[in-house]
Amino acid sequence: MDFNLSRKHLLLQELFREFAKKEVLPLAAEIDKAARFPYETVEKLARYGFMGVAFPKEYNGGAADNLAYAICVEELSKVCAATGVIVSAHSSLCAAPIYENGTQTQKEKYLTKLASGQWIGAFGLTEPQAGTDAAMQQTKAVLDGDNYILNGTKIFITNADAAHVYIIIAMTDASLGTRGLSAFIVEKDFAGFSIGKKEDMMGIRGSNTCELVMENCIVPKENLLGKEGQGFRVAMSLLDGGRIGIAAQALGIAQGAIDVAVAYVKERKQFGQRISQFQNTQFELADMQTDVDAARLLTYRAAVMKDSGVRYSSQAAMAKLFASEAASDVTRRCLQLFGGYGYSKEYPIERMMRDAKITEIYEGTSEVQKMVISAGMKVN
Amino acid sequence: MKIIVCVKQVPDTNEVKIDPNTGTLIREGVPSIINPDDLCALEAALVLKEQYGHSIVAVSMGPPQAEVALRHALAMGCDEAFLVSDRVFGGADTWATSKTLAAAIKKIGYDVILAGRQAIDGDTAQVGPQIAEHLGIPQVTYAQSIKQDGNNAFIVQRQFEDRYQKIKITTPCLITTLSTLNKPRYMSVGGIVSAFDEKEIQLLDFAALKDYVDESDIGLKGSPTQVRKASPKQGKRQGILYEVSEDEAVEIIVKAVSVRA
Repeated sequence: MDFNLSRKHLLLQELFREFAKKEVLPLAAEIDKAARFPYETVEKLARYGFMGVAFPKEYNGGAADNLAYAICVEELSKVCAATGVIVSAHSSLCAAPIYENGTQTQKEKYLTKLASGQWIGAFGLTEPQAGTDAAMQQTKAVLDGDNYILNGTKIFITNADAAHVYIIIAMTDASLGTRGLSAFIVEKDFAGFSIGKKEDMMGIRGSNTCELVMENCIVPKENLLGKEGQGFRVAMSLLDGGRIGIAAQALGIAQGAIDVAVAYVKERKQFGQRISQFQNTQFELADMQTDVDAARLLTYRAAVMKDSGVRYSSQAAMAKLFASEAASDVTRRCLQLFGGYGYSKEYPIERMMRDAKITEIYEGTSEVQKMVISAGMKVN
Repeated sequence: MKIIVCVKQVPDTNEVKIDPNTGTLIREGVPSIINPDDLCALEAALVLKEQYGHSIVAVSMGPPQAEVALRHALAMGCDEAFLVSDRVFGGADTWATSKTLAAAIKKIGYDVILAGRQAIDGDTAQVGPQIAEHLGIPQVTYAQSIKQDGNNAFIVQRQFEDRYQKIKITTPCLITTLSTLNKPRYMSVGGIVSAFDEKEIQLLDFAALKDYVDESDIGLKGSPTQVRKASPKQGKRQGILYEVSEDEAVEIIVKAVSVRA
């Protein structure tokens, strides 16, 4: 067992860190305030291979691995959680399922564009009446000659209006429950597809989260991803990978909060000394850094397990559960160290606290992670 | 065309402190980076590669850990990398360094050599020009713009304080670059993976170079420069800012000057 990053991963970390500091940090407050998708950043992310870190070179990917991908999302999220989730949703929820389930033609047509970052990807599972209870899907897909006709609405879709292509889960046979679900690759330009209302959210405001509306949306038969009836399996599998991304995002948010808090407490003076000299400050930060390091180990372990090809569902769920709760807890406690200044938008810590909460909710709530973990333990 | 880029690994002097007793840099715990001017030389070479398909070779002299700087250069898009490293090269001043690098470059073969103007740790700006002298080739220093002109020439703008010279230089030649020349690109993810999985750092030790450089010209023994003592410059005192009328300003200045005199 080796807890050290390889020289290759260290250099990748250096790249992600430098890019985040120079290209992402300067926009973080502005895209949060304006709820603006950072198209200019995504263009640069694409140029340097951040949009396809773990995919093979033959599909225009960076040919690194899931550990590198996790480090990428972590470093971006340290300074801007919205940018972190843009990369995570694109990579884990759209490019990865095409890589893992797609035909050669689908990979050549879509994965090459996604891994190079020429196209942005998104994923639609959640509906107004089907959140955690994914079997309640109302979106229907009916085969009509050479096309499937899709009807329904998806909500809370990260990257929605910025994306060019979507993985959409829809019911092809309602009598079969989750076994009646199928996955489709849907292009934004397909007839009958449109972007609905944009969410006005508490955090990750730069992520462009909207509804997707399909009204007699025509999807060519060859855009079925996997076989009919495999939609639930495709969705659960991509969410396993997605949880590594969200764990990494949460980890990044938490470490980013500690980093700004440490800088602050070394400057701020009260009662004639820097507040870093109070034992309360020291113990708080020591506690928090211990949690964040534990989150990092869980996250990297899940990524390395995915890379080695073993089952990692439980480990990804543990990483996501622990890292997201650490993110919420650590950002709240770091804000406390800032006192009144922390509550002001002059400092980034209030944004980090708002951004952290979503990591306990999306891609499976903390409760869902506990269902996955306990199922892995065969408790029931 | 084959372009050699000289790359030096240096401590990030933004983060470095000076030992007040010895006057030397405290290098412990300070991150190592590629010398900023050298990054601009790399960028200039990579731009020429994109335009003309040249092959780019990064060369660095230093201890084994300088390999990281060469991986960085490969990850930006260089085709090959050579590490000039041997215990006997240690302690070299600019003379011995340039002798050793010139030997390595001669062995590798080249059409053009690009080097950063100067390194942020030594600030001598001597190694590039000395390499050109040892190889007996023309050089242009302080390049603020480099454009290829035909198959074997470059038009270089050489910067001065208040003007620039426009110089045409034919290959083989050496050009040293300023940080105002360009904005260096980042490494890329694919570039880093390829730098480790597909490319190798080729080692040139003294045994590999002994036909190109004399033993008396390398390392500490080949270095005519000997540092007696280094001491940090006294920092300037904080100025005082007055917001006053012109007449009052004159009075204050005259008073201050006469006190010093």
